[in-house]
Amino acid sequence: MIDRQRMQSLAARLSEPELRGRSPWADARRRFRRNRPAMAGLAVLVLVGLFALLGGRLAQWSNEEMDFAVMGQAAQLGAPSWQNGHWFGTDDLGRDLFARTVQGTQVSLLVGLVGAGIAVVVGTLYGATAGYVGGRVDGIMMRIVDVLMSIPYMFVLILLLVIFGRSMAMLFLGIGLISWLDMARIVRGQTLSLKNREFVEAARAIGVPAWRIVLRHVVPNLLGVVAVYATLLVPLMILSESFISFLGLGVQEPLTSWGALIAEGAGTMNYGTLWQLAFPLFFFCITLFAFFFVGDGLRDALDPKDR
Amino acid sequence: MFGFVLRRLAVAIPTLLLLIVLSFLLMHAAPGGPFTQERALPPQVLANLNAKYGLDEPLWRQIAGYVWGIVAHFDFGPSFVYPDRSVNQIIAAGFPVTLTYGGIAFLVAMAVGISLGVAAAVRQNSWLDHLVVGLSIGAQVLPNFVMAPILVLVFTLWLGWLPGGGWGGPLYWIMPVLALSTSFMASIARITRSSMLEVLGQDHIRTARAKGLPERAVILRHALRPAMLPVVSYLGPAFVTMITGSVVVDMYFSTGGIGRSFVDSALNRDYAVMMGVTILAGALTILFSLLVDVAYAWIDPKIRY
Repeated sequence: MIDRQRMQSLAARLSEPELRGRSPWADARRRFRRNRPAMAGLAVLVLVGLFALLGGRLAQWSNEEMDFAVMGQAAQLGAPSWQNGHWFGTDDLGRDLFARTVQGTQVSLLVGLVGAGIAVVVGTLYGATAGYVGGRVDGIMMRIVDVLMSIPYMFVLILLLVIFGRSMAMLFLGIGLISWLDMARIVRGQTLSLKNREFVEAARAIGVPAWRIVLRHVVPNLLGVVAVYATLLVPLMILSESFISFLGLGVQEPLTSWGALIAEGAGTMNYGTLWQLAFPLFFFCITLFAFFFVGDGLRDALDPKDR
Repeated sequence: MFGFVLRRLAVAIPTLLLLIVLSFLLMHAAPGGPFTQERALPPQVLANLNAKYGLDEPLWRQIAGYVWGIVAHFDFGPSFVYPDRSVNQIIAAGFPVTLTYGGIAFLVAMAVGISLGVAAAVRQNSWLDHLVVGLSIGAQVLPNFVMAPILVLVFTLWLGWLPGGGWGGPLYWIMPVLALSTSFMASIARITRSSMLEVLGQDHIRTARAKGLPERAVILRHALRPAMLPVVSYLGPAFVTMITGSVVVDMYFSTGGIGRSFVDSALNRDYAVMMGVTILAGALTILFSLLVDVAYAWIDPKIRY
């Protein structure tokens, strides 16, 4: 859950006119480097990213290949071992869990990043437009956001997935449809305070068209809030996707994701194949932790008065 | 206040109608009808089915009929899969279960979360405070679908204390409630702690202490009420996530609540049940956010409507 109050405080701080000589970004970078949990989170994210990108080359087995030696006897023979190359063990079909975890990591990270990306693009443009234009247009646009927000989105998302078929594209679309709402609100709030600043007034005075003011003068000044919010949004997107996949309504075999792997591990753990739950869960947890720490660290770095 | 509630209802009702129409259109846009099966039905049978369910009428009449059925008779229509059951019956069978563990989970999350948060704030930097902060960070990555298998692993498989699923006496309630409430408990504790810390630094608390009130009265009468505002505004989104989370609980613990009917109908393509549950969840969400706004206004005397 993203803390609204602190986001607002951050937004307020970033839209203050800058009086000091030093660049606020350089300051922020310095503060971020001194924040140990955030730096640790960043390191974890880099490692998980490398795992997703390069893990496939290290794996001794492919993610679809079935090891007939252990097939059907996962509880006895499928445990993690160095000898047969199944470092994370196998599932009951004899598929290598290391390769499957690499693949699940790729899918989950992709969903998280794309979901947050859609939120950044759509939410920023929508919010900045509403805030800059103001008046009745703003009222209507924000009312639409209010209405969309009061819809139980997980149910609608599942409805979408069932009706139009379960595919990655639909998953992205469905998650992206909702993720931008909060972003639009935050961006609009900040745009409202930006649009009365001198540089916007100056741009307007020399006749820059409104859409260019929004794109060239307002949006770049929103960067801080957007970056922090997007970082905190990635884990929420991953959570949403995992939730759906846990119910068996998300990505389809042979594709997999953390949620799907956790569901499978949770289903088979009473047969004693605990590794099937442990490894995906481990990656899931450390990644979410890391994203939350990095996001909080970014926020603290950009908004030091809150400490 | 009355006017405020009316105005909020004026927004809530169109929202709900929009949700109904939207989900109806979605269902209508589905490739293939609800009767599309592996083996094609004879056209005459299909036509009969369509006529029975009114699917051959123009779209606007279908929508109007559906909305009218819900609004006037609270009737969500027949199931598309089970010939002898209506959506109402399916929902009515599961709803009391969901309400039971959901309600308990909500109360537990509030009671424990607020107490922990207050205790942590009052003893800032004590071991209790560090524990609460640590737990609330940890619980962020323990959503219901992670908690559920871990709980079963510990309490059913290792310790053998609790039944791993099903629905019966209070013993069956423990794990669903824990799975559903842990992350909220943590969030509520965190929010309570930080807003309590902020309130405790304010002037009116110093005044209350200066006039010699016992610490207990200062905390409970003067600090708690203003500190509850951020908690109350968090309850709205928490409620939504909790309704959603009940789907996982129903699936994993086989408690038989409406979440189960939702996923089953999703897998069976029983659109009528899916829509019914979605609309019900939407209505509950909207109703709850209305309650939250009223509670907010009641707690914060500064708010005027």
